[in-house]
Amino acid sequence: MHTKKHLLGLEELSSREIIQYLDLAEKFASVLERPIPFVPSLRGKTILTLFFEPSTRTQISFSIAAKRLSADVVNFSQSASSVKKGETIIDTAKNIEAMKVDGVVVRHSAPGAAKILSDNLDAFIINAGDGGHEHPTQALLDLMTIRQVCGRLKGLKVLIIGDIEHSRVARSNIFALKTLGARVAVCGPPTLIPLYIEALGVDVFYNLDDVIGDYDVAMALRIQLERQQGGLFPSLREYRTLYGLTKERVVRMKPKGIVMHPGPTNRGVEIDPEVADSNRSVILQQVKNGVAIRMAVLFIHAGGKLG
Amino acid sequence: MADILIKGGRVIDPKTQLDDITDILIHGNKIEKIGKGLKKTGAKSLNAKGLIVCPGFIDLHCHLRDPGRPDVETIESGSQAAIAGGFTTICCMPNTIPAIDNEGLVNYIYKEAARVDLCRIYPIAAITKNRKGKEITEFGELIKAGAKGFSDDGDVVSDCNVFRHALEYSKIFNVPIFEHPIDRDLSKNGLINEGVVSTRLGLNGSPTLAEEVIVARDLLVAQFTGAKLHFCHISTKGSVELIRRAREQGISVTCETCPHYFFFNEDSLSDFDTNFKVNPPLRSEQDRLAVIEGLRDGTIDCIATDHAPHCQAEKELEFTRAPFGMIGFETALSMIVMELINNQKFSWSAVLEKLTINPAQIISENLGIIKKNGVADMIIIDPMKKWRLNVNMIRSKSKNTPLLDKELTGKTIATIVDGKLKKYDQD
Repeated sequence: MHTKKHLLGLEELSSREIIQYLDLAEKFASVLERPIPFVPSLRGKTILTLFFEPSTRTQISFSIAAKRLSADVVNFSQSASSVKKGETIIDTAKNIEAMKVDGVVVRHSAPGAAKILSDNLDAFIINAGDGGHEHPTQALLDLMTIRQVCGRLKGLKVLIIGDIEHSRVARSNIFALKTLGARVAVCGPPTLIPLYIEALGVDVFYNLDDVIGDYDVAMALRIQLERQQGGLFPSLREYRTLYGLTKERVVRMKPKGIVMHPGPTNRGVEIDPEVADSNRSVILQQVKNGVAIRMAVLFIHAGGKLG
Repeated sequence: MADILIKGGRVIDPKTQLDDITDILIHGNKIEKIGKGLKKTGAKSLNAKGLIVCPGFIDLHCHLRDPGRPDVETIESGSQAAIAGGFTTICCMPNTIPAIDNEGLVNYIYKEAARVDLCRIYPIAAITKNRKGKEITEFGELIKAGAKGFSDDGDVVSDCNVFRHALEYSKIFNVPIFEHPIDRDLSKNGLINEGVVSTRLGLNGSPTLAEEVIVARDLLVAQFTGAKLHFCHISTKGSVELIRRAREQGISVTCETCPHYFFFNEDSLSDFDTNFKVNPPLRSEQDRLAVIEGLRDGTIDCIATDHAPHCQAEKELEFTRAPFGMIGFETALSMIVMELINNQKFSWSAVLEKLTINPAQIISENLGIIKKNGVADMIIIDPMKKWRLNVNMIRSKSKNTPLLDKELTGKTIATIVDGKLKKYDQD
């Protein structure tokens, strides 16, 4: 059974714990297909989604997941930059504590922010993205999607493309995929790949055309324009030329190879529209699985009971 | 003032190569006698049996936050912490508010140190006005007021031409320039060492290159100008190697490291504990071992604390927003005993020279030595004492240390400054 109170990251989880989320999420996926897609599991529980960084999709996904479990949901968003100077995240935590919520789903620009809340709150904490550190539910929904489409994770070859340096999605996926026995490689410009990434057990490539043909899964990451302004790559045009998932590249993948993206996509930059909309793309399945995964996560950490 | 008689301690003085069980008699502010079986009626007698007696520690690098942040530290609270840790002389860095860049502020430090009357405090004044890296300060006036060296501390002098001129100008006075070797652009946004841990945690890394590129640059400027250069807090293997090579070439350079660079490595950061967030950052195990080797072979001259107080509210912020630094006066000795003496088997003399005579010589002060008629700045330490640092014991106004509530070995028992007993724990 799951022993951890919080979900802060996937690095610290065993394969059994990860699989437990995935298996339970499959059950909830079938609940979501019902005419009335609700279960009463978390009736009476209060979940707060606390977003210090804008992310409509993830917050909505958690919110829907909590409602499908019959929990009460309160959504709060505040950009971290507008947090008053001198106000600490611990202050915020203490205020939440006083309002007696059962669980907090937190998104913050600082790595370790979810950990700070877990150290200072009685509520269980679900990390919905802490800076460049981890985004565990995103990686879980990615794993769920890969398992559904490819039928397995062990031995599968997954290529993560783009800005690895600043990506919590990449980190969580690397940790979980490695734990479950997949073979992971990263590909992107050296300026956006951490110098020490090989220590996490991944292969590193700078030339996408050399390797795309060997992979079952190509996961493109969102490229932020501010990285160009920071001098890490010269232009979106050149980025697309070197690392964009174009039709020409995707046809060279393994016969059943799939294309993924955590969203929101820069269409025509890291992924071409005809690829994103093709039958190789599982992007919308990822979004759909997001609700089931978040139901599983909230259920397990809120101590829900299956009726 | 009563005389002080220290009885039966193991007296170690690296400069005079004294290492013997003997007594010391202090009269006025001077060491009157060193010898066995000393007696003096009316003298305060300190039993040092089983303990080490040595010159008081000299810290070339600390932050007292005075003037500017009395909520975090003052000259008074900083001095209390210093004597508790066995430091009889401390050099405070000029990154105060306002910066110590004029003789008025140097005078203020001396006046306040005299009022508090606990340890010697020597200001290191700014190299450039308001530490902006543009115009050099009035070195002559500042030295006349009592500045012992110059540093822009947290801010490296980026403009190499300004740095060259500062070094050249310092030759009039033969004083050291204390460089904080971290390239501002390479370390931009860096929170911890760029390495495996920063990769795992997704925290922006500051590469070893950021330190080494400035060390390499500065060594060339020091060679070119022939001025006295001192590097603050050396933390990387590459820096140690560059300085070792420069020494062999006869370049006039000295350097320090801090206890945290040989006691901890970057793995300590795995829990996002902001008490481990320091600048330069804790490095890899390989760097830590290279720093120890540098201490062993003499490449690294001194151990300085970089005592950097920050209040709890600041350190409780998210890792990205919390300030850099940890306090150091009250834990330095234990870290030295536990790692250098006990684990790395350094001799006491080899360690003590980095805390006494070497720093004294860098600032050209006649301190850090035990000799007849020498200044009586001395401490008694218990190298075996096991203790726990709890929050109420900390004399510093700030409590930002990762060693809180940890079991430590080695403690200062008595601190004598200028012949006066400032601290004495009898038990």
